[in-house]
Amino acid sequence: MLNKNFYLILIISAVFGISFWIGFNVNLLPVEASINAPIYDELFKILFIIGLIIFIGMTIAVVYSLFKFRKRKDQFGDGIALEGNLSLEIVWTIIPSIIVLIIGLYSYNIYDRMGGMKELNHSHEMMKSNTEKIWAGISQTSNNEVANKNLSVEVSAMQFAFLFNYPKGEFISGELHVPVDHKVSMKMESKDVIHAFWVPEFRIKQDIIPGQPTILNFTPTKVGKYPIICAELCGPYHGGMRASIIVEEESDYKDWFNKNTKTEVSL
Amino acid sequence: MTILIDSQDSNNKSLQPKGWLRYFSFSLDHKVIGIQYLVCGFLFYLIGGTLASAIRIELTSPMSDFMPRDIYNQVLTLHGTIMIFLWIVPVVNGAFGNYLIPFYVGARDMAFPRLNAVAFWLIPPSGLMLVASYFVEGAAQAGWTAYPPLSITTPQSGQIIWIMSVLLLGGSSIFGGINFIATIIKLRRPGLKLMQLPMYCWAMLGTSLLVVLSTPVLAGTLILLSFDIVAHTGFFNPVLGGNVVVYQHLFWFYSHPAVYIMVLPAFGLVSEILPVHSRKPLFGYTTMVFSIMGIVVLGLVVWAHHMFTSGTPPWMRLFFTIATAFIAVPTGIKFFNWVATLWGGKISINSAMLFSCGFIINFVFGGITGVALAQVPFDIHVHDTYFVVAHFHYIVYGGTVFIIFSSIYHWFPKVTGKLMNEKLGILHFAITFIGFNLCFAPQHWLGLNGMPRRVAEYDPQFQFVNQISSLGALLMAISTIPFLINIYASIKNGKDSGDNPWDALTPEWLTTSPPPVENWEGEAPLVEEPYGYGKPISK
Repeated sequence: MLNKNFYLILIISAVFGISFWIGFNVNLLPVEASINAPIYDELFKILFIIGLIIFIGMTIAVVYSLFKFRKRKDQFGDGIALEGNLSLEIVWTIIPSIIVLIIGLYSYNIYDRMGGMKELNHSHEMMKSNTEKIWAGISQTSNNEVANKNLSVEVSAMQFAFLFNYPKGEFISGELHVPVDHKVSMKMESKDVIHAFWVPEFRIKQDIIPGQPTILNFTPTKVGKYPIICAELCGPYHGGMRASIIVEEESDYKDWFNKNTKTEVSL
Repeated sequence: MTILIDSQDSNNKSLQPKGWLRYFSFSLDHKVIGIQYLVCGFLFYLIGGTLASAIRIELTSPMSDFMPRDIYNQVLTLHGTIMIFLWIVPVVNGAFGNYLIPFYVGARDMAFPRLNAVAFWLIPPSGLMLVASYFVEGAAQAGWTAYPPLSITTPQSGQIIWIMSVLLLGGSSIFGGINFIATIIKLRRPGLKLMQLPMYCWAMLGTSLLVVLSTPVLAGTLILLSFDIVAHTGFFNPVLGGNVVVYQHLFWFYSHPAVYIMVLPAFGLVSEILPVHSRKPLFGYTTMVFSIMGIVVLGLVVWAHHMFTSGTPPWMRLFFTIATAFIAVPTGIKFFNWVATLWGGKISINSAMLFSCGFIINFVFGGITGVALAQVPFDIHVHDTYFVVAHFHYIVYGGTVFIIFSSIYHWFPKVTGKLMNEKLGILHFAITFIGFNLCFAPQHWLGLNGMPRRVAEYDPQFQFVNQISSLGALLMAISTIPFLINIYASIKNGKDSGDNPWDALTPEWLTTSPPPVENWEGEAPLVEEPYGYGKPISK
């Protein structure tokens, strides 16, 4: 009996150990390039580890049962007539309930930290002169953000392109340029069908819905060029509906912005 | 015994064609209708599988070079629709439900045999209509979700045929659901209590409740969508003041429960198979019943988790996160109970058992990613990506389709009186299990790293992983060959199985194999303990 318990503890420890090791050492996600990303990755890691523990544990239990309790040639008759065990069933109802509750509360906390629970219409300067209803999105904030550093961009999505309007510069770009470590507020509208704005490296996505403007806020943290991908089926060229977001140093961004700002041309 | 079949029905049955010809007749025999569902569903599975193969061939290279992009969208729309509405739902509900439920309640047929036949005979013409819609000008290409405005603005003739077909299939489901509820509640053999019913009855009762409550919502939604397309009304068309998010709410009110409409019967079937082949009672019968009903109730209040990126308010995201995640609890109870059923048994390692155990492993994996997807922050990143494709296929293929195969191996001797070849069956399982995991496991990584779903072209960095996935799909296609050979060879030259080759205790095994027209020569047996293995009664 002592031996059995020893092996059981050993197996459980191994399952936990392997799961934690994989969870902390195997990175399945792309580079983190926004304030959201490390917060998201924290949740991913927890879900990954819990998932591994359950999956490895259940697989071992099934494979072990098939091996250990397989019917030998000389065996006849049935297994034990065990129809239930109330205390065991209560335990394996309560434990998953607690795990699910903890995961739910934790992910709520993560979502709140990502700005998901914040009122969207506050602090969005584009809304001050506009009474139209804005549908939900993520209103991300960070501790180090400065309100006047916000950059507002209007995004138009259409089959099969994204266009980025910079209201202050009065120009439209096919590429989204943003300065690093600045909060970017995007008001997004679709000209035709449903599209989605997704930057995997930022861990953000928001549908762009015709007739219903949506908002997405984010703060990029790493200089580089990242893909903007349409994630909602929008027609034959859906797979080709991509754009780029270029995160650059503030000075580079200003150069680009000034170069593109509308200037009067005298004839 | 309470039997609702009138004498006219009985006379009709005696006039039915004999032999294989009866499967092409308008039969009222629940067993014939069950097999009709199964064979018809399998033919559509082959069509849907061929379309899946075409999708995977296209995705072996990053560019759209195997077929034009609009054809690709039409193929994926048809693939999804066929697999859900013509393969999985009709087979796990219609085929096995029709074959088994009257046996399990001790009846000679379903409560409404004619309605039953109508429910089946709606399927072949609807399915053919759906397949034919591919060949008209402008086939449906808005995905199986048919989200407006895309479904309104793409070419319309194919989309309208698609809607008509799905409406008819929905009607078939509703007829079937009503019939199952009536049969289980009203047609039980006197003395047979609800808590003595085999678990598949409970699963079908729960599933039928979901069908009856949610399918009409889909039907209404599609009718409104067809008005938008044909009559230019503005229910969902934003140009005319319509609201596209309302469509999503209505669509998912059916289509999320549809997942449980596919998996609950599979849960019921595996609960029948595991005790027989492990020679142990089903562990925790009562909690299994309550967990089915828990899944039914929770299944109706989780639809908006498909819309976390669609512009839903924060409170709604929070509510649907919690509701969705909590479905893991009743589901988890079932999995623990199945493992406990195996534990300490005398397990026969055969094709039916291997597919059932493969189901447990695959479904646990799919369930874990499902709990992750229920979390709003996690879902926002992976929504509409290959992560979701992978998760969904782990549930419906790794779960339900594995159980369909397991069930075919288990009940084949009952239907035909012949045993299937075990070596071919185990080969079928091995290729399917390896192929399935090779195909879908890597897709989780694709989704996490930036590959959206429903694309004919993708970033070249994903090519290698896509090729592995396509190799898995090829193996899955190949796995069908030993299965088909096995079916043909076993019907032709299979060993006689006797009436009850598994020494099972559920009622269908207590009659001849194949069973007579009205199931029993005399009175139906009263089986008080369908899982009484290891007890004196079983000896």
